Amino acid sequence: MTCLPQNPPTKKLGLVIDLDICVGCHACAVNCKEWNSSGKMAPLTDMDPYGAKPDGVWFNRVHTFEAVEPKTGVSRTVHFPKSCLHCDDAPCVTVCPTGASYKREEDGIVLVNTDTCIGCKLCSWACPYGAREYDEDEGVMKKCTLCVDKIYNKNLPEESRVPACVSTCPTGARSFGDLGDPTSEVSKLVAARGGYALMPEQGTNPVNRYLPPRPKQIGSKQLGKDVAPRMLEHQDDSTDGAGLLARWVDKILTA
Amino acid sequence: MHPAKSVIFFTTTTGAGYGLLFWLGILAYRGLLAADFIFGLVAFGIAFSLVVAGLLSSTMHLGHPERAWRALSQWRSSWLSREGVLAIITFIPTGLFALSWVVLGQNTGAVALLGLVGGLMSLLTVFSTSMIYASLKAIPAWSCRWTPWVYLVLSLMSGALLASVLSAMDGIWAAVDWLILPTLFFVGSALVLKLSYWSAIDRGQESNAQTATGLGEFGEVKLIESPHDQPNFLLKEMGFVIARKHSKKLRRIVVLFGFLLPFVLVAGVWFSADSGRYLLLISIPSAAIGLMVERWLFFAEAKHVVTLYYDK
Repeated sequence: MTCLPQNPPTKKLGLVIDLDICVGCHACAVNCKEWNSSGKMAPLTDMDPYGAKPDGVWFNRVHTFEAVEPKTGVSRTVHFPKSCLHCDDAPCVTVCPTGASYKREEDGIVLVNTDTCIGCKLCSWACPYGAREYDEDEGVMKKCTLCVDKIYNKNLPEESRVPACVSTCPTGARSFGDLGDPTSEVSKLVAARGGYALMPEQGTNPVNRYLPPRPKQIGSKQLGKDVAPRMLEHQDDSTDGAGLLARWVDKILTA
Repeated sequence: MHPAKSVIFFTTTTGAGYGLLFWLGILAYRGLLAADFIFGLVAFGIAFSLVVAGLLSSTMHLGHPERAWRALSQWRSSWLSREGVLAIITFIPTGLFALSWVVLGQNTGAVALLGLVGGLMSLLTVFSTSMIYASLKAIPAWSCRWTPWVYLVLSLMSGALLASVLSAMDGIWAAVDWLILPTLFFVGSALVLKLSYWSAIDRGQESNAQTATGLGEFGEVKLIESPHDQPNFLLKEMGFVIARKHSKKLRRIVVLFGFLLPFVLVAGVWFSADSGRYLLLISIPSAAIGLMVERWLFFAEAKHVVTLYYDK
């Protein structure tokens, strides 16, 4: 049924992405592809993968933006991962003519039933965020499942029951949880850091939130200049891991 | 948006076919057309060919055409589904109307009423087609308030042109005389609507790279690295850019062939009925070219907000 759930989900599973931390390494996108290539939405077909114009199904894409303050010229580089935002008022669901697209009442995850999808692509037109991915080989639409086959998987240790993009992020820029519960860790994080929704004017009410980059740091106070602290100013007093001779010399010289 | 040929063909031909069915219903209701066998065969043949060919073409761009029947199930929420359901239901009154006309030689009284109902349902089907596009907020040029009006009036216009030409070629002057004014009215309104539509979409949109990324507070946002170095599905489907370069010239072609030339040719019949009707024939290919280009532009000029993430 492509009407939105009659009882709007109270549990809203989603992602919180910290744009201050993300380094743009694309590990989330790669691990997403890895997990989902054998998961519910498998396969994530690649077309012409070794040719001149490779193309393929990706549920997660990392953009890099530069924001330039027009007056000062101060610029900021922001790596920006984007995947399905599992909107409360998901337009991709209501436009679906077949009922293949649906939003789950129990946790708010938006999914596609690829057995009944006719591949009309209308949902990809309706999504403002580009979260829908057409599989040209299979002729059906696919999308991020929030790793529904991973987060509830009892065969995995509990700490692994998070989406692949979250478990793989080497910098901890991605958090997963219930954004419908104001006391959850992710909701607190959003409240503390002023997390925001993308394109609120589209009226989709996304669940996922983005945390803005933190204000620029003032730099080294010792130098009194507006520059970043340098490694050379940092004194490391520990001798952990040094060889016997080095530690002996260190002891003599320190005394 | 990528202007898929199948969808351009679908929207223009079904529009013309449904428009013709509407006018045939009106003309029969007003008693201006006798239930002539040959005329009925040709007129309904053209109308249903246009509708059926368009509907079939719309299933051609599906990934799974064999599952198309499933699209009839979600009429509660989806305009595409509503369009499919309405298109099928509309065949009942229009089909019965055509059969009574052609087979029984009967198009007055209850049959004419059936034709009228069929005509109104035809327009409703065209309206639901337009709402497939008008309901997509992510494509500001389509969710524009003019979109449903443009679809409806262009359908009425192309149907009126076809009805005028058919009546004129068959020498049914009562019908032609009655049709001239509405035809001129709809060709003129189509031109005004299209100009209003173009000026509305040229005014820009609410979303921009700043709201798309939420980074507006840090200044002007621009893409410095795309997720992929080759175009992906989103860019192929939604990031069509070729048209904008030529949009001014193409709009002039639409105005000239779609509206101005047909207007002059229809008005010409008023002054010289006998020679005018052969010139009127030219209005069909002329309007066809104009409306195909119009629909091509409708797709190609429409910018999807996802392109804001790609600096397009």
